[in-house]
Amino acid sequence: MTAELIALSAKAAADAISAGELDRAEYFAAYRARSAADELNAYVWISEEGGARAAPVSGELGGVPLAVKDLFCTEGVPSQAGSKILEGYRPPYTATVVEQLTAAGTVLLGKTNQDEFAMGSSNENSAYGPVLNPWDRTRVPGGSSGGSAAAVAAGLAPWALGTDTGGSIRQPAALCGIVGLKPTYGSVSRYGMIAFASSLDQAGPLARDVTDAALLYRHMAGRDPRDATSVAHPEELVLPSAQDLAGLRLGVPEDLTGEGVEPGVMAAFEAALAQAEALGATVERVALPHADYGLSAYYVLAPAECSSNLSRFDGVRYGLRTPADDLTAMYTQTRHDGFGPEVKRRVMLGTYVLSSGFYDAYYASAQKVRTLIAEDFARAFERVDFLVTPTSPGVAFELGALTGDPLAMYLNDYFTVPMSLAGVPAISLPCGLSDGLPVGLQLAGPAFSENRLLDAAHALEAAFGFDGAAVRA
Amino acid sequence: MKYETTIGLEIHVQLQTRTKMFCSCALGFGEEPNTRTCPVCLALPGALPVANAEAIHFGLLIGLALGCDLNPLSKFDRKQYFYPDSPKGYQISQNEEPLCSGGELGGVRIHRVHLEEDAAKTIHSGGGGGRILSSANSVVDFNRGGTPLCEIVTEPDITSAEQAGDFLRLLRTTMRRIGVSDVNMEEGSLRCDANISIRPSGQAQLGVKTELKNMNSFRFIERGIRAEVARQEGLLRAGQPVVQETLHFDPRTERLTSMRSKEEAHDYRYFPEPDLTPVSITAEMLERARAALPELPAARAGRFEQELGLHPDTARLLAWRAELGDYYEEALATGAEPVPLANWTTNELVQRLGADADPATSNVRPAALGVLVTLVTQKKITAAAAKTVLDKLVAEGGDPTAIVETENLAAMGGADELAPVVAAALEAQPAIAERIKNGDPKPMGAIIGAVMKETKGRADGKEVTRLVREQLGL
Amino acid sequence: MIDREQVLHVARLARLELTEEETERMSEELSKVLGHIEKIGELDLAQVEPTSHVVAVDVALRPDEPHRSLPRDVALAPAPDVADGGFRVPSPQA
Repeated sequence: MTAELIALSAKAAADAISAGELDRAEYFAAYRARSAADELNAYVWISEEGGARAAPVSGELGGVPLAVKDLFCTEGVPSQAGSKILEGYRPPYTATVVEQLTAAGTVLLGKTNQDEFAMGSSNENSAYGPVLNPWDRTRVPGGSSGGSAAAVAAGLAPWALGTDTGGSIRQPAALCGIVGLKPTYGSVSRYGMIAFASSLDQAGPLARDVTDAALLYRHMAGRDPRDATSVAHPEELVLPSAQDLAGLRLGVPEDLTGEGVEPGVMAAFEAALAQAEALGATVERVALPHADYGLSAYYVLAPAECSSNLSRFDGVRYGLRTPADDLTAMYTQTRHDGFGPEVKRRVMLGTYVLSSGFYDAYYASAQKVRTLIAEDFARAFERVDFLVTPTSPGVAFELGALTGDPLAMYLNDYFTVPMSLAGVPAISLPCGLSDGLPVGLQLAGPAFSENRLLDAAHALEAAFGFDGAAVRA
Repeated sequence: MKYETTIGLEIHVQLQTRTKMFCSCALGFGEEPNTRTCPVCLALPGALPVANAEAIHFGLLIGLALGCDLNPLSKFDRKQYFYPDSPKGYQISQNEEPLCSGGELGGVRIHRVHLEEDAAKTIHSGGGGGRILSSANSVVDFNRGGTPLCEIVTEPDITSAEQAGDFLRLLRTTMRRIGVSDVNMEEGSLRCDANISIRPSGQAQLGVKTELKNMNSFRFIERGIRAEVARQEGLLRAGQPVVQETLHFDPRTERLTSMRSKEEAHDYRYFPEPDLTPVSITAEMLERARAALPELPAARAGRFEQELGLHPDTARLLAWRAELGDYYEEALATGAEPVPLANWTTNELVQRLGADADPATSNVRPAALGVLVTLVTQKKITAAAAKTVLDKLVAEGGDPTAIVETENLAAMGGADELAPVVAAALEAQPAIAERIKNGDPKPMGAIIGAVMKETKGRADGKEVTRLVREQLGL
Repeated sequence: MIDREQVLHVARLARLELTEEETERMSEELSKVLGHIEKIGELDLAQVEPTSHVVAVDVALRPDEPHRSLPRDVALAPAPDVADGGFRVPSPQA
């Protein structure tokens, strides 16, 4: 019985609940039981039994459980952003996007593990332990939304919320064989999302299929008066229905592919392009001449903003405090004890690039690179409808493989960072396997093109016929 | 050697909006600590700022009042420093692109005007008195944190402590006039830092400047600046250099102490605030600010001078102290003559009420003063009698005409009424009468005094003199 | 490229205590990342405008209308040290 429930897509479950064919409490209980038995360390907090009863009966998503990345504030529920400095912190308010989804009828199932403050590509930077990849428990699920991705892939949640700053939804989605959408910057409110890099952070769905991702995103998007950088989506968001890619032009950025990509990933990527052509798309090479500078710019901008955003963790109003006799010692010891190594590294890097005398060389230059990259994308989208790349240069790597080499870890974001800098939407969907591990295809479109992007992904998904059911068993 | 003083001011004005700069908490007015906070102004994780439209409007009003250029696209930046009163670890301010720049007020050029948020209040408490160790603690109250602030920076155009005080008084009036702040220094809604340097007269290059921080009363500012100028002069005369530093002036001891701490020099690591988009000034915003702009003190002084014929000093006094000017204009509506009314307002009334009192809150209604002055100018009462009436008005209020009536203070009608009194006075002092008769005018005062005493000041001095001469046959 | 002294200076700015070992490692790791970042220097950026907001948004201001503040006990609940209705901290110059 449980297996049948878990086999349902979130949309199928929501429809069945609305039609009175599925008992939402039973459905919730099935997921809760599986989550409570989680061996992947995907969750850091799981809801009480019977949590579904608290949910509103109305709403399109009528009772479907939702896993939420730890960094979304949820009133009265631990929201620790994977950090020791927020251990046990229960905020007095709820993030806008979680409020919206609750109003639409989802029920909070649990909070998912993540890299500390969303900084990482392997989920090994969590103060609450690493998450295991359900495809191979000796490997990482990707990061930073690793818990959300692993939970969805393993059938511990029908779908989940993640956040993406430089690839933190797309890369773990790819490594776990599920769908992850990073929406247009500003289309989803950031209010209540514990910030990493404000000009890049964006919440998005992680889901088992493209339709579920579209359904969840539809209820996430919207202008929020509490987030000055949020915008109303200019289009009504609809569920995807396309069966082919007739007339679509796909661009492969010549500056973004090639070196560093694992052969198995490249093979899966090329097979995916062939299938796209079979569906009626044309594939051509396009230039993104500055994309190669994306990582450099990103590793200035994101740490700079992070160093500032994390200044509020000072042991005064909430979270960890290491007692000391004088103020400065209290600050420095609290932050030493509360932050993990990767967070310290980025706070240091960000403080350095903003410090007196370096601003122009680093921060201002990186913002200019951002301009060039955004212009590259704008030009590319005059020629093609979407850009396609592998989501990640490799498949899921072994736990501990890259922890000693921060720069090598950062290179995981090579394909995903340029879209973050340009603020455009991008989706990762599983397109095949390499040595038995999932490979993700990334599809990126112009700002606010989510409807078309999800439609194209929907057609491709059917063609790929990727089956992740085995890891949900 | 003589020295010239150069002073530039940085003034922070708390804006009188209903809510804070970046969140919807009501502004605090002495409530219990930490009862005016929310996720945003406590800098809880995940909270985001949204700028207060009214604070932007007030900023534009200030810009217009100071004749600034309004920046069509201003931006917010983060100014980073760790301190318990700064919950985010940065203050949202405007660095690169302020709301306004340029401008002038009372002959002092304005460098820039920008918006930012106020810090929280840190209350230092002494030793905890605990058993183990009583290290000093502070307690932070975030009620004030996030109050909208407008920072006004002048060019170094000020050359004396007095000029600095005058400028600040004019600024205060202007802020009150446009209704953006109550500008109460004692309550901290106007705070001032002064950059001070001196140089030998005639030297082109400015001297090394020091910064006098956080003075919160007009008197302290003037005294602080005087003390610092004297200190710098002393150093230079002794052949010692002035060191660039930040100083604190203690008004009780008149002492200046260096605020240099062991911390390294500030490195604010400014960068554009990613949580807030740039503020573009729309035509509607500009139109609304223009429409809300009242007559400003400088323009008012000009009008008083040119249209009412007031002396420039009197005009300035009435315009600079808006409450006095408003009172004057209300009294003027009774039809009183402008010049005598202005003099009565700025001299007799102010003398009786005290220099800082708001006459609108006194017992003397503006119309009463207007009527009183008209009684004088129409010679219905003498100036001396009018002063008696004013005393009574200040003490208990009322109608001047009625007071003149009941107190029998009306001017003596003329020769018929006054002649016997004069005759009696001359008779009472025959020696003096004799001297006047013999051509010595000096003792005339004694006779006039006696008459005035007898008539309770209702007699006109000139008329008394005429009658004395007439009765002595001169 | 970023030496020990610079690491310590930056750590002071960031109010971050580092152990001896962390300081050494930080110097090494940051130098490596900064080496990668130097790639930006290859570009001629003189004529390029910086981008701080990638998606254009109309001015998003808030009406000046008060909302209810948090009850004080809620505001103070997560604080590590509370006294006299406020957040207690060691004094700056203890």
